[in-house]
Amino acid sequence: MKTGLRYILQTINYSIFMLIVWYFSVAPAYTHLDVCQSVVVLAFGHAGQSVSKCRKRTPEELAALPPNMRNPMICPRERSPIEVELLLDDKLLFTEIFNPQGVSGDWGVDVYRRFNVPSGKHNLKMRLKDSVRVKDFNYIYEVDVDLKAAQLLTIDFQPEKGGFSVR
Amino acid sequence: MKSPYQNTHQLFASDEYKNTLKEQILKNFFHNPIKHMYLYVDAWFNFAFGTKNNPLYHLGSLAFFLLWIVLVSGLYVFVVFDTSITGAFQSVEAMTEQWYLAGIMRSLHRYASDAVIAVVLLHIIREFSLDRYRGFRWFSWFTGTPNLWLMILLGISGYWLVWDQLAQYVAIGSSQLLDALPIFSGAMSRNFLSGNLSDRFFTLMAFVHLLGLPVMLVFGLWIHVKRLTKVEVIVPRGLAIGSFLALLILSLIKPAVSHEQADLSIVPSVLNLDWFYLNVYPLLDYFTPGETLILAVAISSLLMIMPWLPTKRTPPAVVVDLNHCNGCSQCFEDCPFDAISMQARTDGARWDMEPIVDPALCAACGICVGSCPYSNPSRRSETRLATGIDLPDQPIHQIRTATKTVLTELSSSKVKIVIFGCNHGIDLTEINAPDIATITLPCTGMLPPAFIDYTLRHGADSVLISGCRSQDCYYRFGNHWLEKRIKGERTPILNKRVNREHFEFVGYAEIDKIQLLKNIETIRQRILNEGQS
Ligand code: HEM
Repeated sequence: MKTGLRYILQTINYSIFMLIVWYFSVAPAYTHLDVCQSVVVLAFGHAGQSVSKCRKRTPEELAALPPNMRNPMICPRERSPIEVELLLDDKLLFTEIFNPQGVSGDWGVDVYRRFNVPSGKHNLKMRLKDSVRVKDFNYIYEVDVDLKAAQLLTIDFQPEKGGFSVR
Repeated sequence: MKSPYQNTHQLFASDEYKNTLKEQILKNFFHNPIKHMYLYVDAWFNFAFGTKNNPLYHLGSLAFFLLWIVLVSGLYVFVVFDTSITGAFQSVEAMTEQWYLAGIMRSLHRYASDAVIAVVLLHIIREFSLDRYRGFRWFSWFTGTPNLWLMILLGISGYWLVWDQLAQYVAIGSSQLLDALPIFSGAMSRNFLSGNLSDRFFTLMAFVHLLGLPVMLVFGLWIHVKRLTKVEVIVPRGLAIGSFLALLILSLIKPAVSHEQADLSIVPSVLNLDWFYLNVYPLLDYFTPGETLILAVAISSLLMIMPWLPTKRTPPAVVVDLNHCNGCSQCFEDCPFDAISMQARTDGARWDMEPIVDPALCAACGICVGSCPYSNPSRRSETRLATGIDLPDQPIHQIRTATKTVLTELSSSKVKIVIFGCNHGIDLTEINAPDIATITLPCTGMLPPAFIDYTLRHGADSVLISGCRSQDCYYRFGNHWLEKRIKGERTPILNKRVNREHFEFVGYAEIDKIQLLKNIETIRQRILNEGQS
């Protein structure tokens, strides 16, 4: 009798434990993205242009240097900050100035930003300025998109391919 | 304080006592509710499984057993798995379709992994509730946490390999977290935008899951139990069979399944998360990756430094006295915390070996004092009972003196019961009756069996030893060794001539006081009956 009761109690204990294991292995479900939402990701890696152009050293400057270091050109290593703006249906979605990384500010920046937006038709405008030597945004791009539910739209930036693109 | 009652029976029967008892039980409960609640659950498990198979006494080895299931099922799953980004998902789906073999293996692999986390959480709760995480135990606690982390990373990397939408979610979340670390600085996440992902990443992940993390875990676990001796690595058979069957049945009823195949051009919306492993990712929807990382590091650091919040002082370590040591190495055999080692004799005595104690590892439980053949109270030669290894704070001589004193106090009583208790079971100072005398040791394992003989021969009618619950000694093996010594299975053994009817060895936790009182009452009745006949 007692052994039988024990086996029943053990079965109950095992069942409770396995129920917990099973339940938390799949539940409660987590809603990562609401229905009728889509995601726009702005992601690129880019190094801003250098803060000033290369120039020739003057003969005096050259003479002041040790003979083995007399490079006629002087090129500043520091890069310009990168300023980015993203507008969704003419409303500002995102704006930030990314300062160059690295001790001498000569590294590029990596950008990854995610925005949840309602699905449907939108107008996207992107602007980027990567040089302190220009006044306005030197890259501008505009596109009309029709975002399906849960669609992920990636905005990339590759100056060698003409700047912004979406996919 | 002199008790107004003639004997235990009158005392226990009085309303006054019953009320005090109730008050004490309540007071003790609120003094440490976590421990008390734990002890009630423990009692329930003892009832259902028996003390030998109580899973709560084997959580560490149960975790090991589950890890074996994970390993074996994992090897099977690996053989049929396709380690490429294009083939992975289909190969996992094919496993589930073959429900009677590969499907079961996959489910066992998943559920056993989940059960490991559940069991380790219980393991943590248990060590914490019973205050077995501070003082000399800091090392086990401190080195436990990294294993939890390795386990979680192992689970995360496993979910990644399925390459379904959950894997995609995990991959993107993980790379955001990695990008928050200064070493990656932001380039990682771009790998998971459609068109950018290569097989290389996937191979790396497979390597991490199949080899890197498991090897680290084995090493981590080895460190974790390094300060313990005779670590239970094999779970009792009953528990092994029970938990395996339970996992198997779960795997048949609710086979593990995947989400839809990964598609990097969409974002998964509703996910059936495995909360045992993937609990960190939802935080990314509320905090930045940097904040999430800081939170995770803060929580685990807090867990790790718990032994010092606040710390618990361990009494001074045992001291060896070579004048009374024959190098028998029983203390070394019995020490649960690896604090004693044997080395070649240094004092020129005719014995080969001598023990040395590492004070940093010593728990001051006194179990080695109980195992020393010199800890015999009947040794006459000395005025002071000296032994080979002794506790500075509560030497064996003091225990013999206390025994003599209580026997004198009881001498005029009709019934004379001497109870030896320990610091971690029932608090004997609360048991205060005229025909009972109590002596508390750090652990019942410290009581040399010869003391039972000694106490009975010097006038006690009965000796009762009240230690921790069976299989659940605060110092791991104290009650277990004493039981073996009494049964004659481990030295120093109890003299065979001692009448087994005249002493009893029981195991109780703080909440079992009423049972102990019942025990005392039965013993008392027996003594009275014997007296009459
Ligand atoms: C995969 C994870 C883990 C496994 C497999 C594991 C396994 C074990 C085993 C087998 C023991 C020895 C039990 C014995 O034979 O007496 C032990 C002891 C211990 N574990 Fe763990 N453990 C894990 C994680 C943890 C964690 C995360 C913590 C706490 C943060 C922890 C805290 C402790 C403590 C304090 C002890 C010492 C118990 C004693 O001294 O009696 N463990 N563990």
